[in-house]
Amino acid sequence: MPQMTIVQAINDALRTEMRRDPTVIVMGEDVGVNGGVFRATENLIKEFGPDRSIDTPLAESGIVGTAIGMALNGLKPVAEIQFDGFMPPAFDHIISHAARIRWRTRGRYYVPLVVRAPYSGGIRSPEHHAESPEAYYAHTPGLKVVIPSNPYDAKGLLLAAIRDPDPVIYLEPKRLYRAFRQEVPEGDYLVPLGKAHSAREGSDVTLIAWGAMMPAALSAAEKIASQDISVEVIDLRTLIPLDSETVLESVKKTGRLVILHEAPKTCGFGSELAALVNDRAFEHLKAPIVRVTGPDTTIPLARLEDYYLPDVGRCVLGIQRVLSY
Amino acid sequence: MAKSLKTKPRKTATVTSLDIEMLQILNLDGTAQQDEARELGLTNDDIESLYRWMVTARIFDERALALQRQGRLGTYAPLSGQEACQAGSAYALRPEDWIFPSYREHLAQVMRGQRWLDILTYWGGSEEGNRVPEGVNNFTISIPIATQTLHAVGAAWAAKIKGETSCAIVYFGDGATSEGDFHEALNFAGVFQTPTVFFCQNNQYAISVPRTKQTASETIAQKAIAYGIEGVQVDGNDVFAVYKATKEALEKGRNGGGPTLIEAVTYRLSHHTTADDWTRYRPAEEVEMWKQRDPIKRLKLYLERQGLWNADDEAKLLEEAKSEIAQTVAQYENLPKRDVEDIFKYIYAEMPWNLREQLQELKEYLAEHGGDLPKE
Amino acid sequence: MPQMTLIQAINDALRTEMRRDPTVIVMGEDVGINGGVFRATENLYKEFGPDRSIDTPLAESGIVGCAIGMAVNGLKPVAEIQFDGFMPPAFDHIVSHAARLRWRSRGRFHLPLVIRVPYGGGIRALEHHSEAPEAYYVHTPGLKVVIPSSPYDAKGLLISAIRDPDPVIFFEPKRLYRAFRQEVPEGEYVIPLGKANIVQQGTDVTVISWGAMVRVCLQAMEQLGSVSVELLDLRTLAPLDIETVWNSVTKTGRAVIVQEAPRTCSLASELTALINERVLLQLQAPVARVTGYDTHMPYLSMEQYYLPDAGRVKKGIERVLGF
Ligand SMILES: Cc1ncc(C[n+]2csc(CCOP(=O)(O)OP(=O)(O)O)c2C)c(N)n1
Repeated sequence: MPQMTIVQAINDALRTEMRRDPTVIVMGEDVGVNGGVFRATENLIKEFGPDRSIDTPLAESGIVGTAIGMALNGLKPVAEIQFDGFMPPAFDHIISHAARIRWRTRGRYYVPLVVRAPYSGGIRSPEHHAESPEAYYAHTPGLKVVIPSNPYDAKGLLLAAIRDPDPVIYLEPKRLYRAFRQEVPEGDYLVPLGKAHSAREGSDVTLIAWGAMMPAALSAAEKIASQDISVEVIDLRTLIPLDSETVLESVKKTGRLVILHEAPKTCGFGSELAALVNDRAFEHLKAPIVRVTGPDTTIPLARLEDYYLPDVGRCVLGIQRVLSY
Repeated sequence: MAKSLKTKPRKTATVTSLDIEMLQILNLDGTAQQDEARELGLTNDDIESLYRWMVTARIFDERALALQRQGRLGTYAPLSGQEACQAGSAYALRPEDWIFPSYREHLAQVMRGQRWLDILTYWGGSEEGNRVPEGVNNFTISIPIATQTLHAVGAAWAAKIKGETSCAIVYFGDGATSEGDFHEALNFAGVFQTPTVFFCQNNQYAISVPRTKQTASETIAQKAIAYGIEGVQVDGNDVFAVYKATKEALEKGRNGGGPTLIEAVTYRLSHHTTADDWTRYRPAEEVEMWKQRDPIKRLKLYLERQGLWNADDEAKLLEEAKSEIAQTVAQYENLPKRDVEDIFKYIYAEMPWNLREQLQELKEYLAEHGGDLPKE
Repeated sequence: MPQMTLIQAINDALRTEMRRDPTVIVMGEDVGINGGVFRATENLYKEFGPDRSIDTPLAESGIVGCAIGMAVNGLKPVAEIQFDGFMPPAFDHIVSHAARLRWRSRGRFHLPLVIRVPYGGGIRALEHHSEAPEAYYVHTPGLKVVIPSSPYDAKGLLISAIRDPDPVIFFEPKRLYRAFRQEVPEGEYVIPLGKANIVQQGTDVTVISWGAMVRVCLQAMEQLGSVSVELLDLRTLAPLDIETVWNSVTKTGRAVIVQEAPRTCSLASELTALINERVLLQLQAPVARVTGYDTHMPYLSMEQYYLPDAGRVKKGIERVLGF
């Protein structure tokens, strides 16, 4: 089996699906000739030509707005927004249209659209290039939100996202794009949306993370294992629809929950996980839920970035806190 | 720096000269530029049919306004005054073409295969009115101003990529030309030569704000030039001119000639919506002046001059149209009660657990109160 | 003291502040000659002229983008977005610029900017005219989010918002615009941002709400009779007055949160998380969320089924009491 990085796995997923289904197209800024600023669409223009690997003008509202029109008229666009920080100009089309069309037309029209965006921090990027905006989309009914954390999942989830009949926001942890390689099967396979992955079994504490926080979560679990503490690590993979079963089962078992995310804390997705557990597993809780998150500030530039992003140490502290109760 | 400033400016381009002429075929008194009228390829039956649509739309509009005033309909956006824009353009379309309407295009929607009942259903507050019949390429109306321009470019673009010859026409107002999406749509359409017809009904106002305060351009048509596409201005109260301009734009689009921006100069005779009061921002004389240019009156004069129409025909049409609309209203008022499941259906292709549970929660609540909300 | 509706109180606040401070201006679609589609800016055009009561072109990104530039250069713009559903075109300017400018310029620039928005459902409006989008803005660092529930609060909070040196999203529950009148003092007074209002003291359960839902909670309390409810009107959603929430829940041991926005990842989720975080030991029941559903706001024929009503609030309270 070939070894791939996440960005190669994404490229492979796009190629696989474009070969299989002639209605799949990719579009966005610099995705054609240049192969995408991160090379996620590398060589697609060679194989599929400029009609299916489209260099668009520089306009995010235009990209998502026209992609919606294409999806209405029989294509399956995979639109790339070049960086997380440039999703806001497309916000209107994502939440006022893509998210609503099936509902407002009573199923007469729907939008099989994937909006891909390199996501979150850790690569020393300029401003507006390190955002974690998943909560905006998780709060919007009608969208699915998917965030892979490894090459295998990245490919399988992206294939599932493209085949999904509803709009999917597919956020790619750019810090992990080339961080490591993994065996990725050739050809077609799916990782179903809406299913979390139990990345490590444990019994004392449940630790939930996604995207680029997964390596920190796993390291923290490993580190604290030496103190005889058994941490169950769940990689959510899909935020919406949320795999509440996996989450609740684990919390009922451990009675303790730590949530790890990069986004600002207030109204972040961690709040929903905490509320879910409050609703359904309240009596199982042995300690207040701990959220280890980015602070409620804008993410700083390179020299302070490491202090903003939750790391292994903060994660270990969170685990200790939930245990000390 | 200083030096380069002194050098003589070098001419780098000659931009198309800015003579915008307004296309008009039908005069106010119902006389017409005869050869142009004949060249349209419209038969007498076609012209009569256009007239019927326009009159029916006016009657529908008046009826809908009255229903709203009686509390039997929600907020409603009247179209009176803009019938020629919608009839002329919709008549030029082929069934495989797409339309992307805004919220005032009731006539265009119905001419293209939706029902007057759908329009009432929607404005009566039910999403069911957006359920466009299968096989009818009408997208649902768009409330957020100008956003639909991009959807239309995307749909036309998809047709082009798939090798089909259908076009997409998008309707919007003069106010919409101020939004960023309008710019992005014209730009995308120009770059990719999508078969899109941008149909601007310049009805002079965006709610209260006059056209002169939306843009410092003298016309909206001229904006096309900057995007490298064709812009034309037509008398929007002249159904022939509208038909001609739209038909030509569509043919051009079908033949790979790219997009066109059509500015149809017209006037909204009524309120912006039933929540609006036009007397606050426009003088009565202005409205009176535009009433003289009423598109329906003009076409009627034409038909009469051509000996195609008389008082009996008119009386018969009015009676037919009124009864059609009356039947529609009766159907509307007897629409079945809706199921609360309607709120939860169609958020996704499959209902996820949170929605299933929330639906259950609501049903239980209603059941506790005899099947409906408790009376406060 | 004059009796005013909420919309009149807002109009009065704007006039008061514009008289007091010549740098305050209002701008937006139809806010000038027409006085705003809800008449919030009525007659300001007459008194202050077109330079301070500005009819803009129809472009929300343009309105907020230009207002940012004005605020940087010495004005205090109060920009109106005509309806909640038309904030998304301005989203970029709100979250990528307004929210960040002080931070990213290290305090060199700041934005005394208010974005006023008619908010929420219950007036049988069209689609995109009944949204409750507060969670997007509460989640965005650098913004303040304010929502009054009465005429008195509306005026005092709006004056505070205009004087605040940072950008404030000021949501106006449109369902309450003309729902009732209240005595509103003439001239200036302020209600501080960041302070919740204890509408009613109680001991059995804490009910936390904001905007139009506060009245719904009051109705539910009437129906409940003997239960002693402590009702908190948050008034400011960001920054949250979490002390008041914690103090109350510590006392009552039970909390119900009532909002009209969809449930998932909402402010109700955040409050639930915060209460669990700090006062779990005092909690005698899981926190209950009574909210809009995770769907879009239905059109008018169904909106009453979507919005929490007194019965649903009552049910939520009974649930936490019966745990
Ligand atoms: C993005 C957005 N902003 C504001 C509104 C509120 N609004 C509804 S119609 C309208 C004026 C539209 O004017 P125009 O585009 O000229 O079309 P007309 O109504 O005249 O047909 C406004 C401001 C809206 N629907 N969408």
